[in-house]
Amino acid sequence: MIVYGLINSAILALMALGFNLTFGISGVANFAYGAMYIVGGFITWSLINTLNIPYAISAISTIIIMGVFGALIYRFIIKRIRGLVMSEVIATFGISIVLLELLRFIGLIGFKYSLPVFIDGSVEIFGDYVDIQRLLIIGLMILIIISLYLFTHHTKTGLAFRGIAQEEHTSLSLGINPDWIASLSMGMGSALGTFAAIVILPLGTITVDGGYDILINALSVCIVGGLGSTFGVIIASFIIGYAQTITAMYLAPHWTMIVSLLAILVILVIKPSGLLGHQKELEERV
Amino acid sequence: MKNRENYRKERIDRCIKARSDDIYALSSYKEMWYLIFPRVVPIIGIAILAYFLPLYWKKVVITTCIVAMLAVSWDFLSSCGLLSLGQALFFGIGSYTAGCLNHYFHVPIYLTIPIATICGGFISTILLLPVIRLRGIYFAMVTLILPLMLARGIEATHIFGGNEGITGLSPFPNVWVELTFIIAGMWAALFALRRFISSDYGLIFVSIRDNDRATMASGINIYSFKAQALFIGSSICAFCGAFMTHSYMFTGIPVFTMEFSILPIAASAIGGIGTLAGPLLGAFILVPLSEILREFGTLRVVFYGLVLVVCVVALPEGIFHYLSRKYNEMERWVRLE
Repeated sequence: MIVYGLINSAILALMALGFNLTFGISGVANFAYGAMYIVGGFITWSLINTLNIPYAISAISTIIIMGVFGALIYRFIIKRIRGLVMSEVIATFGISIVLLELLRFIGLIGFKYSLPVFIDGSVEIFGDYVDIQRLLIIGLMILIIISLYLFTHHTKTGLAFRGIAQEEHTSLSLGINPDWIASLSMGMGSALGTFAAIVILPLGTITVDGGYDILINALSVCIVGGLGSTFGVIIASFIIGYAQTITAMYLAPHWTMIVSLLAILVILVIKPSGLLGHQKELEERV
Repeated sequence: MKNRENYRKERIDRCIKARSDDIYALSSYKEMWYLIFPRVVPIIGIAILAYFLPLYWKKVVITTCIVAMLAVSWDFLSSCGLLSLGQALFFGIGSYTAGCLNHYFHVPIYLTIPIATICGGFISTILLLPVIRLRGIYFAMVTLILPLMLARGIEATHIFGGNEGITGLSPFPNVWVELTFIIAGMWAALFALRRFISSDYGLIFVSIRDNDRATMASGINIYSFKAQALFIGSSICAFCGAFMTHSYMFTGIPVFTMEFSILPIAASAIGGIGTLAGPLLGAFILVPLSEILREFGTLRVVFYGLVLVVCVVALPEGIFHYLSRKYNEMERWVRLE
């Protein structure tokens, strides 16, 4: 159970990181995130199965494609309505609907839509058999978090990211182009989402409804952890991940969705800014 | 063609608009007609259209009215600063309340709809009460999550008929009653809300959207007002849900689908957000159009999404604003000094 809780937490963290990155930096709540996740999975699938491109190449190219796609969405759609919260939400929600329902129309149903695992097989840990894929998820999550940390603290672009997140006007006067950085963050957010999709989707099948699930999970983790705070997201994903695993074990699997909602409600009552949120965010949300 | 560089476009209210805003509206039939015309023509037009169309299109009119009411309610909520992405939640709760009352307790139809309206409003408000302190996207997130979760819960626990839903509910006596009922409900909701929002009491709701901190500083308990707004908005949706349940004699998981959340927003985005009449107009454009596109199946939802994105980005004003500008104001080019 400890192992599966850990894996579940790692999955949640991977899902939420991309959403969190975009929101934390550009302030755009990307409601199309779940759609991008599924579209990423679908593109990888079609690259492998229809164009017969090797797995590794198709995975990497999908990440790049989706990253560019996210940046383009920012360039052509979000940029025009930046700052109008209602329009941003409606537009990204609309994009999400378009992408997901288009996939549903194309006929994305069935077990054939599943990605291959990286390495087949399983190992025994504490008496439980665990797939190597699941272990890989944990490893990759740690890798992503470390590289994100290094990126945002030790590279010029990363520092610009944080600058935009903290004070947009000041960073503008220091020669940082907010639009460029924001579109980059949106691109990176969707690339991260696609990465998560490629890593996580081999565990199940690609379904359209999965897109909404991902969005819900990412949102609840982000709300609990405090939007825009990466470490809050990690802690929150561990809390929710373990809570979900325990519920699935002792109650029934279909109660797991309730856990996220409950976590949101509890955190809003106790600490409305989220676990590691800042006062600034508190003002924004309450 | 004049050289437009040294000109700017000026917009002024028409004389008749300035006159009819005041007590002078009663001075002549012309002014009265000017005021009444935009209100009466749609009412009569829709009534005539509804009663003389073939049966299939009558049903379309009913659906349109339902969506129009959902959209008006969405617009009302958004005027109060409550951005909802889950009208399906209110709709579904109303639908299930009416369905269960009718199926398990055999309450007659003329009681289930009022009860479902009130109770649905209450249940939705209580469900959202813990998160009423949230605003903007945070509130939107929770409203997006809730209907999906309720649908999942019903699917999992098999309460209220589970996946199959509840069928065989009592229908309306005939289609005429149905039509009259929903059209009357729609106009009542529209005009009541329009009047409400421009009253002193309704002004508080608008001020919560514009600046909630300033409203709080004026000694107004914004949470109580937000809850009231939520109750009003969700009651209207619950009425639609209850009506739809009896109209189709069925309630089930489909009432929580994305379509009921996305359609009202799309209608509002087309019609013009913040006018209440705009969303209605939007619904009357969007739903018949999507009926024509019915053969494309789920592609319709894609179409709504596209409309949504295009309208929000390219036509943020909406049709209704445009029309009312043309009706009330005149434009002319003025030379720059």
